[in-house]
Amino acid sequence: MIDSLVWLLLLPLAWATLAFVLGPGRGAWLAIAGLAAQFALAVDLARKVAAGGVAAHVVGGWGAPLGIDLAADGLSAAMLLLTQGVALPLAIHARAYFKAGDPAGVWFWPLLGFLLSGLNALFVSADLFNLYVTLELVGLAAVGLVAAGGGTQQVAAALRYLFATLLGSGAYLLGVALLYGAYGTVSSATLLPLVTAEAPRLVWIAAGLMVTGLLLKTALFPFHFWLPPAHGGAPAPVSALLSALVVKASFYLILRLWLGPLQALLPSFAWLLALLGAAAIFWGSWQAIRAVKVKRLIAYSTVAQLGYLFLIFPLLPAPGALQAGVMQVFAHGLAKAGMFAAAGVMIKATGQDTVAGLAGAVERLPVTFFAFGLAGMTLMGLPPSSGFLAKWQIIDAALAQGHWVIAVVALAGGLLAAVYVFRVLRQAFLQAPAPDTATAVPRTLEWTAFALAAASVLLGLRGVELMQLVTM
Amino acid sequence: MTSGLLFALVGAALFALGVAGVVLIDHLLRRILAFNLMGSGAFLVLVGLAQRNGVPDPVPQAMVLTGIVVAVAATALALALTRKLHALTGRLELPEDADD
Repeated sequence: MIDSLVWLLLLPLAWATLAFVLGPGRGAWLAIAGLAAQFALAVDLARKVAAGGVAAHVVGGWGAPLGIDLAADGLSAAMLLLTQGVALPLAIHARAYFKAGDPAGVWFWPLLGFLLSGLNALFVSADLFNLYVTLELVGLAAVGLVAAGGGTQQVAAALRYLFATLLGSGAYLLGVALLYGAYGTVSSATLLPLVTAEAPRLVWIAAGLMVTGLLLKTALFPFHFWLPPAHGGAPAPVSALLSALVVKASFYLILRLWLGPLQALLPSFAWLLALLGAAAIFWGSWQAIRAVKVKRLIAYSTVAQLGYLFLIFPLLPAPGALQAGVMQVFAHGLAKAGMFAAAGVMIKATGQDTVAGLAGAVERLPVTFFAFGLAGMTLMGLPPSSGFLAKWQIIDAALAQGHWVIAVVALAGGLLAAVYVFRVLRQAFLQAPAPDTATAVPRTLEWTAFALAAASVLLGLRGVELMQLVTM
Repeated sequence: MTSGLLFALVGAALFALGVAGVVLIDHLLRRILAFNLMGSGAFLVLVGLAQRNGVPDPVPQAMVLTGIVVAVAATALALALTRKLHALTGRLELPEDADD
């Protein structure tokens, strides 16, 4: 029988290596075939987990404490599903986006594979040190993707991103080292009963270091400084991957620590994180509203949407809060991937990337702007989108516990999202003479963006299954 | 003070120096060196704290070996990007972010 858990790690590694051996710019079909298989594996794993709880694998037959344990519960299975589900349409998009000989796409396929195998490994790692290694794998592959364009701005953004991500994982590693010094283990399951609220100060410092490092990698306000240049400057398919998946990996890790080994300590920081999340929503939205370039606007919107993820922490005692967080991860992942993909089409078609330059573009790119609008609907939280479901659950959990402030912030964030989404749409619907620089774009580019955005809306109709999976 | 605790304290000091370097220094090569200092500090804490009664624990040593591999890869990537930036701009500092 095929062990989906293991093959989800091995497949991307295999096709990434093959794509590298094939040479610059090759390996697109290999990646798409591999991703299709991975998607099937992720669905299979989610089915198994939904039916029978946790799936586990002991690498090489060497169990903890010496070996590496892999385990997937409902949360892991959901994240794996999202990762393959976003990456597959984006790979089809990227094949059309990177024409043969485009310098930005030369090493895209191997880097994509390494990024995905790092992400998949992160979602199933069961010990804190292995999580560190996967975190670094994801970070290094992502930096490579940002630098792919090769221009001064991209290389500078990649370096800035690299230093931020190394600083973040360095702090996380020091925290792990202190925890090992205190308890002599890094296994999440073994640490769980050992770490109590009466833990020595050293353990509190360790927890603080780990969470701060991860916040830096998740780009929570005020650690978001590296995100807009990195996500706004990279080629559109890369921006989509980074915004939809990579920042979610470190958020997932915070959530894991919160629900797992550090659950006795971290709730003391819940309101601090929620406060930073609220600040991120307002600051990110404000910057998106006044951004000149389309991709900067979307990158700042990511800063804002990440803020929602941190609103759930004071609510976590309630059962709905975790589901709301995961729903927001899915909603933003799908919508933002679709939005960046759509922005890539706009930039290719109009030859420049300012919001002002989109005047009248809706006539030439109706499908793309429909996709942008659908993704915007999810970001605003309009029913029946998955974004609506996420915000509704956050507000519901907040009101049930009497924290109406969180409900107000969530509602205000939705209104601000409407402002920046309609800024783009309004410009697109203006009457403008057709410019001479317009270029035709392949249909595949438009329809993959549309598929992602539509999925973010339609997920709202099938949200119950996802929420059941998360609680497994 | 045991030798393990001494290792850990030195490690923490090196880590703090490294962080300060990565955050404050503009020169990219020095920044990369500072990152390495930071990593070494964390490794020293990992190996130093884990000694029990003077007997070293082998598990963190294996972890540090893995960590060194990661740090070498990160350093190589940072150096390659720095070289590329130097080839493009002739400078070893990051340019201002153009869009803000």
